[in-house]
This record gives sequence, structure tokens and C-alpha cells, in this order.
Amino acid sequence: MSSALLEVEGLTAGYGAAPVLHDVNLTVQPGEIVAVLGANGAGKTTLLRTLSGLVRSTGGKVVFDGVDLRGTRVEQMVRRGIGHVPEGRGVVTELTVDENLRLGGLWRKDRAEAKKALDEVYELFPPLAQRRTFAGHQLSGGERQMLALGRALVGRPRLLLLDEPSLGLAPKVTGQIMALLRDLRERTGLAVLLVEQNVRSALSIADEGVVLALGRVVVRNKAATLRDDADLRHAYLGF
Amino acid sequence: MNEFIYLTFDGLSRGAVYAAFALALVLIWRAARIVNFAQGAMAVAAVYVAYSVTNATGSYWLGFVAAIVTGLVLGVTVERVVMRFVDHSSPLNGVVVALGLVLVIQGVLGIFYGNEFLPVAAPFSRDAFELGGVAVLSRYDLFVFVAVGAVVAALTLLFTRTPVGLRMRAAAFAPDVSRLLGVSVGGMLTLGWALAAAVGSLAGMLVVPTELGLHPTAMDVVFISAFTAAVVGGLDSPIGAVVGGLIVGLLLSYVSGYVEPTVAPMAVLLLLVVVLLGKPGGLFSSSKARVA
Repeated sequence: MSSALLEVEGLTAGYGAAPVLHDVNLTVQPGEIVAVLGANGAGKTTLLRTLSGLVRSTGGKVVFDGVDLRGTRVEQMVRRGIGHVPEGRGVVTELTVDENLRLGGLWRKDRAEAKKALDEVYELFPPLAQRRTFAGHQLSGGERQMLALGRALVGRPRLLLLDEPSLGLAPKVTGQIMALLRDLRERTGLAVLLVEQNVRSALSIADEGVVLALGRVVVRNKAATLRDDADLRHAYLGF
Repeated sequence: MNEFIYLTFDGLSRGAVYAAFALALVLIWRAARIVNFAQGAMAVAAVYVAYSVTNATGSYWLGFVAAIVTGLVLGVTVERVVMRFVDHSSPLNGVVVALGLVLVIQGVLGIFYGNEFLPVAAPFSRDAFELGGVAVLSRYDLFVFVAVGAVVAALTLLFTRTPVGLRMRAAAFAPDVSRLLGVSVGGMLTLGWALAAAVGSLAGMLVVPTELGLHPTAMDVVFISAFTAAVVGGLDSPIGAVVGGLIVGLLLSYVSGYVEPTVAPMAVLLLLVVVLLGKPGGLFSSSKARVA
């Protein structure tokens, strides 16, 4: 337990008076991909937003790499090693591809290091390298997803919070992104907390699955087990 | 022909000041989505400080620096102490608070300096050079062009070439995403207000010697022209503010010269109506055209 990268215990959070998340527990080990599954409104996005501080928690504990994150400001999360790719991708459409990516490394004091991380991302996503001077709004959906993901990777996070990367994308592009995540995990030990509607593709790369229903964790198990458990799939995952 | 040339240069010189003032409005609009109606009063306060410093030291330039510094400080103060606590769910709240600030600032200035027009000297001669018998520009006009040109160039470089400029643009367009990437959005907002108020103070310093003198309400009419310039150009667009400022300056000059000075403000309002009917977002508003 003590080796976990992220430990969430009894997390309660929400907007206004009514909590969206109730007593959520989960752990992410270094290099592990954990899929967060569940219906619309189950609290998946709120979970990620609470972890990165955009939504304030009202109870419970979040420990990242041995440090309690309560009271840590959103701006500090990237410095701690947490990258969050928000729902709807969060590309700043008014800025160019290059500006979006550089933004991901601006927090670094070491300019040379930031430049190196930027070059690596361009290598990882050749289509972005060809469109450096394009404005965000000129990109296709798949390219925007690459840009949002690439921008988070410029920060070289140890934990990536990834919200619905497949939303609105062709199955082929989704497949490429999943393959890329698996590859990153192999090479860099990146841990991923992956929120997905597309249960099949999420479970295809995840080690563990967490199922949320009405803001509570109802199932926590190995991804392979979830894939094979027909009753569970019917009950919570709809396939 | 001679009159046309004279009026054109006169209009460009006035327009440059409106451009600077409109730029200040655009800076705050882009950063905070507030039309800062207190911009004029804040600028006048800075000019009063310059007036005191110049009177005490005998140096126009010390006063000039004091005005810019006062602008920076006022911008930070207004954002941190007042605007940060305004509920921005309705755009009207910020406007009402800004109008309240106008009353407070003008009232305080009246208490300390009185409500008479104080004479303010220009640092350079306002007599126009003659070129081939035509009065063209004064040294002071040249000073105005250089000062406004330098500000426009500096802001352009800041926003397009520096990490701070990139942070400021990102924070304005996508605050949440920027925070996730480690940008201090609140800090960028404060910086935006500081810069805008400093640019507004510069505009005040440039315009007051060309008008009746220094008075708590000295910038009210300038504010209307500059606000029109900003809206004509598109509140979102710095280039639009500069072009809008020059257009308004030329219009005022031509109408004053060829028609009648008293109808000039009406011409500005007419311009505003025409632009709002034809292109409600302003001439340079299209976000597609703005390749950042």
C-alpha cells in the first residue's frame, strides 16, 4: 500500500451543497493504468477535477507520492507530477499548436529541459510537428486530442488524469491513442487514471478497473476480470 | 488641400492618444471581460500625481514616470481590492462597480486638488512645423506618435514573443486549462490590470496638455471617444483598438475642420451606430482572423 503513487481514501466532493462523490477509495501504483468507468453522471469527471484541485473536496484524503494534496493549489499540481487532460480536450483554440505545447512546459525553470520535453512530444506526434503554426481551431478532433495529450506530456507527469480521450473520435484514432498510452507506460513508467465511456477500449489497456455509480465506487477489480464478468458488464457497463 | 493635410495630421495625433486609451480598455476586456469605465478617472488620478511631482521637482519627466508608476499601482489595487470580489455572473456588476469607482476617484481628487482646471504644460512645443507653407506637425505631436508607437510595439512583443505574454493570453482564453498547466491565472489578471492602467495613464499624460487643463473629469470626453474606438475596432482586438483610435481621431478632426466642432461628437456616435449595425463585433473582431 505504501508504494502506491496515488492513494484516495474516503473522498467526498461536489458542487454546492449536494456531494457528487461519496467516500471514494482507489489507488494507482506507479506505471499502472486504472480505468474509471460508469454511466453519465456517475461522477467520473468530478473525480478527476477533484484530484487536480479544480473541485474542492469536502472530506477524505488524497495522497500523491507520499504527500497529502489537501490545500495544494491547482497551479501546483503540474509541478508535483500530475498532468490533467480535461474533458473536451482543453486545447486553447486561439493559440497555435506550438504555443499550446510550450504552455505545457512554461512552469519549468530549466529552459533546456522544457525544450527537450517539447521536442520529444513533437517526435511522438509527427502530425503536430507538421502543424506547429496552425491555430488550435484549425485542427481535427484527433489532432486536438493529440495536442492536449502532448501538452500534458511536455510536463513529464508521473500520473496522467485523462478524461474521455476517445470522445468524438473515430475508432481507429481511439485505438492509436490507447496504444500510445500503453507504450508510454512501458517506456516511462507513466501511471494513468483513465476516465472512459468507451469501456471496451479502456479495459483493453487498463490493469485495473473502478466502476462508479452515483458517485460511489461499486466495483474495484482487475481489468481482465471485469472484461470477463458478464453479469457485471450488464449491470454497470451496458455491454 | 493644405487644410486637409493639416486636419489629417491633427487627427492622427489625437487618434494616437485614443488608440493608446482604447488599447488599455482592450487589455482589460481580454483579461477580465470587463469594460473598465473607471479607466478615465484612474488616468486622471495618475496625471494629478504627475502634476504634484512635476511641481515639486520642476521635472516633467519625473512626473511622467510617477504617472506611469501610479497607473501600475492603481491597476493592481483596483483588481486586487475591488474587482476580484465582484460577482462576474452578470456583466453589469463590473460596470456598476467601475462607475462607482469613477465617482469615488473624482470625489477624492476634487477634495485634494479642487475642482478648478489646473494648467498643465506640454514638454515640447505645440507649434506646428511648416512644410512647404503647410502646418503639419508639432514637436509635441511627434512625441505623442513616438510614445504610443513604443507602447504598441512593446505590448506586441510582450504578447507574441515572451513566456509571460503566452501565459497572459492562455489565462484569458482558458483559465481552468491554464491553471492545470501551472499558470497563475490570478497573477496574470493582476498584471493585465496593471499594464492597462499604466497605458491609460500614458494616454492621460499625452492628452491633458492638449485640452483645457487638469480637472477630475478631464478624461470623461476622451473616454467616450476611446471607448468608441475600442468598440469600432472590436473589444477583443489590440490591432482594432489602434486602428479604431486613428479612425475616431481622423473623424473628429475632419468633422471639426470641415463642418463644425460642436457636431464632432455626434459624428463619433454615428460611426458607433453604423459599425454596430454592420459588424456588431467590431471591425477586427473575428476570432478566425486573429491568428495569435
